[in-house]
Amino acid sequence: MSADIVIPPEKVDALYETLKRWAESTGYNLNPDEEFTRGLVEGLLINRQRYGYQSCPCRLASGDKQKDKDIICPCDYRDPDLEEWGACYCALYVSDEVLRGERELQYIPERRPPEGRRSWDKSAQREQRN
Amino acid sequence: MSEARGSISGHRNEHHTVFYGLSTCIWCKRTRQFLEDQSVEFDFVYVDLLEGQEREEAIEQVRCWNSAVSFPTVVVSDNQCVVGYKPEKLEEALGL
Repeated sequence: MSADIVIPPEKVDALYETLKRWAESTGYNLNPDEEFTRGLVEGLLINRQRYGYQSCPCRLASGDKQKDKDIICPCDYRDPDLEEWGACYCALYVSDEVLRGERELQYIPERRPPEGRRSWDKSAQREQRN
Repeated sequence: MSEARGSISGHRNEHHTVFYGLSTCIWCKRTRQFLEDQSVEFDFVYVDLLEGQEREEAIEQVRCWNSAVSFPTVVVSDNQCVVGYKPEKLEEALGL
């Protein structure tokens, strides 16, 4: 699927700058590792082309916006992951401690419930029962 | 990178190693780079680049090892699995 999507560098730059400004104005920090962060921004743009929405580049999207709404960036898990691990799952956003170099960035465990145990799965099951 | 599947040869080929990743994921990119830097022989599968039945089958293969179906997932010799970018765990699993 969509292996040939090529995002022009100027589009990556534009979204990177937008996200950076937005993060700074809302009390968040983008990952200061620019190469890493630009790679994630490119992934967001690829997913926008593939699916029509900017789902997390480090999670497998279903292509159904309703089912993926919790992983549209910024994802529902960003704040608890920042709190617990100092970064969101893909590490686009990092905490002040990580930004200041006081905490090392590490791989973040997946907080999203597995398929079948997500909130909309439960509501679908309830609807089926009724 | 545009291939959904492939094989990378390396002189560390004692194990059958399969890397499952997403083409957009930077942690996956780092994990693949680690395997290549260590000259590990492995097969790679970018699940986001697969479609239809092939995609579903790959998801089920990952789910057998990792119920969260998160990436990267590296399966070593069909008996060990390392989820996430964890060089030390990979070294241990691969005997590096």
